[in-house]
Amino acid sequence: MAAVQETVDRVRQIDVDQYRYGFETIIESEKAPKGLSEDTIRFISAKKNEPEWMLEWRLEAYRRWLTMQEPTWARVDYPKIDYQDLYYYAAPKPKKEISSLDEIDPEILKTYEKLGIPLREVEALEGVVRPEGERKVAVDAVFDSVSVATTFQEELKKAGVIFMPISHAIQQHPELVKQYLGSVVPTSDNFFATLNSAVFSDGSFVYVPPGVRCPMELSTYFRINERNTGQFERTLIIADKGSYVSYLEGCTAPQRDENQLHAAVVELVALDDAEIKYSTVQNWYPGNSEGKGGIYNFVTKRGDCRGAHSKISWTQVETGSAITWKYPSCILRGDNSRGEFYSIAISNGYQQVDSGTKMLHLGKNTTSRIISKGIAAGKSQNTYRGLVTAHRKAANARNFTACDSLLIGDKCGAHTVPYIEAKNTSALFEHEATTSKISEDVLFYCVQRGLSQEEAVGLVVNGFVRDVLQQLPMEFAVEAQKLISISLEGSVG
Amino acid sequence: MPLLEVKDLQVRVEEREILHGLSLTVNKGEVHAIMGPNGSGKSTLSHVIAGKPGYEVTGGQILFNGEDLLEMEPDERAAKGVFLAFQYPVEIPGVATMTFLRTALNAQRKARGESEYSTPNFLKKVRDVAASLNIPQDMLRRGINVGFSGGEKKRNEVLQMALFEPSLCILDEMDSGLDIDALRVAADGVNALRSPDRAMVVITHYQRLLNYIVPDFVHVMSKGRVVKSGNKDLALELEASGYAQFEEA
Repeated sequence: MAAVQETVDRVRQIDVDQYRYGFETIIESEKAPKGLSEDTIRFISAKKNEPEWMLEWRLEAYRRWLTMQEPTWARVDYPKIDYQDLYYYAAPKPKKEISSLDEIDPEILKTYEKLGIPLREVEALEGVVRPEGERKVAVDAVFDSVSVATTFQEELKKAGVIFMPISHAIQQHPELVKQYLGSVVPTSDNFFATLNSAVFSDGSFVYVPPGVRCPMELSTYFRINERNTGQFERTLIIADKGSYVSYLEGCTAPQRDENQLHAAVVELVALDDAEIKYSTVQNWYPGNSEGKGGIYNFVTKRGDCRGAHSKISWTQVETGSAITWKYPSCILRGDNSRGEFYSIAISNGYQQVDSGTKMLHLGKNTTSRIISKGIAAGKSQNTYRGLVTAHRKAANARNFTACDSLLIGDKCGAHTVPYIEAKNTSALFEHEATTSKISEDVLFYCVQRGLSQEEAVGLVVNGFVRDVLQQLPMEFAVEAQKLISISLEGSVG
Repeated sequence: MPLLEVKDLQVRVEEREILHGLSLTVNKGEVHAIMGPNGSGKSTLSHVIAGKPGYEVTGGQILFNGEDLLEMEPDERAAKGVFLAFQYPVEIPGVATMTFLRTALNAQRKARGESEYSTPNFLKKVRDVAASLNIPQDMLRRGINVGFSGGEKKRNEVLQMALFEPSLCILDEMDSGLDIDALRVAADGVNALRSPDRAMVVITHYQRLLNYIVPDFVHVMSKGRVVKSGNKDLALELEASGYAQFEEA
């Protein structure tokens, strides 16, 4: 059976599609029974060996979810999801309790190797000399529903930084988890976030103590492997007073004909004078050229600038997923706090993107900046949806928004939906928006100088997104640039 | 063998015939001026040689070093040595001029099976050429043509011409929008590139440009054909008598 399946999958992959990460890893896995019920949630909670309070938290969320309606306001269109036809938990079958990287299933390590994710810390342990300037990145890898490995634990521990799977944090740091989990995205927040609260299985947890500058980039790599499985990860990052952390996340999935659900929640908390920089390169499987398959990416990401002079910066490069529904936001609660959102959202084929941000100015002298670059090609639809509000007490709130859209071809669409509300007269909000098409003249100029059509499009697009790419950590910027070219392959008719 | 041979070329744009059987032969080392009133088909000729989409060739042929140019993609033509200096060079925000030059030069070299330039060699080459054209380093770091003055845009075209070392340079209305000083700088740059291995086709409406770039041959175009050819004196003659004499032809 497995062999037949493999052949079928191979044939499937001989396709016009350019998705590089579409392979599947054949490993044994353990799943929860199909469908969603209190029993499923008890199963997950038991698997994670969770304390009673955590199970109660989940069940409360589940009961709330049962009363909620799936939102329909986004400019995306998809058949109704049957939530009873999904698996909510899948884990690589453990041979035994894992205590070091050597005990991880080699197939999983191979998967991450293929993806170019440096999971092994052997190099560092053996003192391998690295090229100058190359920074260390600590990686947490989440495979379907569980975290399989977190690297550089020792070095982080020395700095006092906690970086571990959230399932471990629930056991080892319950006081922190209890204090902050759901404090930015409450269990009742929205349909998908509430679903996540009920069934999340793993994700990353970060705590940076007061005054500490995290000594390396932290990174989580998410991989959906199993069929018919939703991935519901939950990430919680807390930057205590005066601390700094930069966090990267990457995601891929195998090519499959059926759609898969990904509903994550990310919560960030920045206390006084703290800064969090959160970067995402989202490359879930986008579906094939006929619009079949692909990930439904319904994600709630929110940062709370809880302390004065705190800062949260979101940078995202969104190239994957059949549907993206995602609005990384900042609650600017602390006086003089600052929120930033830099986004590149690329859609090709039949992809649908509805993404943007919310900047909620609550404190005095709060500032925010939004730079959004949407690129639509093929038959895709690309929407920027943003909300900027100033509370009555948010004196001197400032926002600058620039939304630029670039169209490639004439069968795609770009839309900008900004909402602006100022409840005090000292707020100053600026909004700029442009929509342009890559003109024939620009393309001809480039090809006359020797570039191929595709190189020309790549060059123009990279120029278009340049100010956002510059916000990414170096290692990611190069990767993102390549990804942008790959995503747009075949977009020139 | 001539470098460029245009034989009885017929071209349509959206059902309307623009060139009605145009012929032109250009040998290496020669500079040809093509003059004519607006709408005579001068720019169409330059676009068709370079391979701009939107033109339908309904008859005739274009040979470049004996090869059928019309069979090649525009980027292949560039790699083979066809260079078009644009009348209105485009602006590409966010793409530094230096990056553009390097990407284009390496693409051409790759297409010809040559190795790519190393960074130090490339930088040295660009700096030398830029210095000779009075192009400040700062301009090379800016987005290509973004915020450039008319003169800077044209010098940037000449810079690329010098860098890519094409065997055929077509200059489309290089004098448009330039004051006399800017024109002189650009023309000096072009003259420095004249060589026995290279030919130039200078397309212009006015004789003025030809005081700076002195042609070996002058062709007058009218209504999609070459109606008269001669040496540089023909340009002066036109300046005196105007194009009207050819309009009825």
